[in-house]
Amino acid sequence: MHRSLLTALALSVGLLSGCGGDNSSASAAAAHDVKLQGAGASFPAPLYTKWFKAYTAAHQSVQVDYQSVGSGSGVKSVIDHTVDFGASDAAMKPEDMAKVDGGVQLFPMTAGAIVLAYNLKDVPNLKLSRQAYAGMFLGNVKRWNDPAIVASNPGVTLPDLPISVVVRADSSGTTFVFSKHLSAIDPDFDKGVGANNMPNWPVGTKSKGNEGVTASIMTTPGSIGYIEYGYAKSQNVPFASLENKAGKYVMASTASGQAALASAALPDDMIVWASDPEPGDAYPIVTYTWLITYKKYGDKNKMAAMQDLVKYGLTEGQKSSESLGYIPLPDAVVAKATAAIQNISAQ
Amino acid sequence: MPGTSAAPFAADALFQAKPTDICQAPNPLQMFVDRAFRSTCLVLACGTVLLVGFIVVRIAYAALPAMHTYGFDFLLGRVWDPNTSRFGILGEIWGTLYTSILALAIGSAFGLAVAIFLSEGYLGQGAFLLLRRLKLHLHPMWGRAPDALEQLLKNLVELLAAIPSVVYGLWGLFVVIPLIRPASIWLHANLGWVPFFSTDLSGPGVLPAVLVLSIMILPTVTAISRDALVSVPPKLRMAAYGLGATRWEALLAVIVPTASRGIVGGIVLAFGRALGETMALAMLVGNSNRISLSVFSPANTLAALLANNFPEAGPKEVSVLMYAALVLLAITLAVNIVGALIIQRASLAHVE
Repeated sequence: MHRSLLTALALSVGLLSGCGGDNSSASAAAAHDVKLQGAGASFPAPLYTKWFKAYTAAHQSVQVDYQSVGSGSGVKSVIDHTVDFGASDAAMKPEDMAKVDGGVQLFPMTAGAIVLAYNLKDVPNLKLSRQAYAGMFLGNVKRWNDPAIVASNPGVTLPDLPISVVVRADSSGTTFVFSKHLSAIDPDFDKGVGANNMPNWPVGTKSKGNEGVTASIMTTPGSIGYIEYGYAKSQNVPFASLENKAGKYVMASTASGQAALASAALPDDMIVWASDPEPGDAYPIVTYTWLITYKKYGDKNKMAAMQDLVKYGLTEGQKSSESLGYIPLPDAVVAKATAAIQNISAQ
Repeated sequence: MPGTSAAPFAADALFQAKPTDICQAPNPLQMFVDRAFRSTCLVLACGTVLLVGFIVVRIAYAALPAMHTYGFDFLLGRVWDPNTSRFGILGEIWGTLYTSILALAIGSAFGLAVAIFLSEGYLGQGAFLLLRRLKLHLHPMWGRAPDALEQLLKNLVELLAAIPSVVYGLWGLFVVIPLIRPASIWLHANLGWVPFFSTDLSGPGVLPAVLVLSIMILPTVTAISRDALVSVPPKLRMAAYGLGATRWEALLAVIVPTASRGIVGGIVLAFGRALGETMALAMLVGNSNRISLSVFSPANTLAALLANNFPEAGPKEVSVLMYAALVLLAITLAVNIVGALIIQRASLAHVE
């Protein structure tokens, strides 16, 4: 945008003055111009947009565009070669990776937690046991004064209200991570519903997007639903402390999220799910989100820019993630991902 | 401005016959313009038909794999589960028809009432009586108030059509649902045995969707019905009153039946809009495949299903969604055909 404006200005100056000498500097700079087009997950989109804007401002010759079209579309675009890089919350299936000539490289770029936001006027600090919240999303726990909820909230008067479960209507990586977690902690959920971008929920009304679910929760007394931690924080929606595998009740925060991430070692393909982290201080529902690049780029400049962009995100970019409600990557993960940047090469 | 006055002048020379050349054959330029106009219209008209045909064919083509796999069971299935590749849209078909029909009932009742109110001079008459009491009815400015008021109200109703669907959705979510919650809780608690009130209103559901949808289709019904009522020949009105009909009789026995063709046309158009409405319904209907008579239960519609599922659909799911889109098209087409038949009948009855 900025660059094309400059070029246009230089051209018009050249035309007006009648001598062609003026635009030589603009075209010389344009020769190094690299445009990186990305598409994918909407969950990390605010962070990516911020990174890419800052990166483009610092590196005049590289322009990065990112379209938040959803994880599924991101993976599809990578397979179809319509983008230079993709992004996905659900990583990439091995059979999808096999469809890309030359292979793909995944990088965990940031992480997030998923919280259970609720609407109960007089209950500021709700605690939910694993049995309670899995039961809610299976339709077994139907009222707020169910013994399963009362047991973990001693001294709190829970209203005799029906529980209105709100789930995502659109296919989403957030749903995938949440249903994967429920499948990990509850065999009934695993058998009956299963982990999916859009499972067949047995209960609940459905709303589109984080914003739709949040709006439904805020306007419906007695409702509960899953949304991203950063979104819940920015909207000031109360969310529950959840019981983790160690039996402790943990609130979502940067520290508890990082503890959960650190519990799962990153394998060589960079894909790991902390579906049910073990440490006592770990928040139970966290996930990485991945950037997908090709291993081979036809254009050398493009390859260099891609490497540099990933590096920027893993180092400089981590500093801005916490303020937007994401969980900065643990150091070990950053080191491993940085090493993998070398796997990107030019043909 | 010479530029603006030149064009009408040229057009005048072309088309306005002067007394002297009234019996002349059209000159070559006139004939060329005639022909060019006719062929342009023909091309554009055919283009529109071709475009519709192309859309239907493309959707049907994309839906073919799903039609092969699921066949008619697709229309009768009640489960939508990409996880196990089981797809059925009976719930969505039910939700689409149920919300549209309820919204149409409410929307047409109010829309027709507004049209009658605006076209039969009730408002103007009321304003006039008020002005006369204030002795302002011959005032140069105030005397025009009754007409201006009618025009204003008409424009206000038509303005409803200009509000974006997503705004209606938000309004429904943040205003309508909290507003109807106390009443719906009371209805469920006290009249729960009535099938329409048999479940709790948890938030989004059929009733909020229907209420908002009925407001969205109201301008369509009102605008078309009003035009039809206004164009009822004055002599019919006069004759009815002349025969001693009361205003009530004249309205119900003469004016509305005469305008019925236009009114039904407006209702059919509104029904089409209700069937296809997407955004507001996706936000308000609850998107849950339930088949229930209860107006408080969440439901789902075909358009909302498409809107929610397309962005991240894989190739197999796209085919299934195309099949659903084809079903929605078929429903809309059926409604339009039935509407056309009704209009035809109404006009035949009128002629007899």
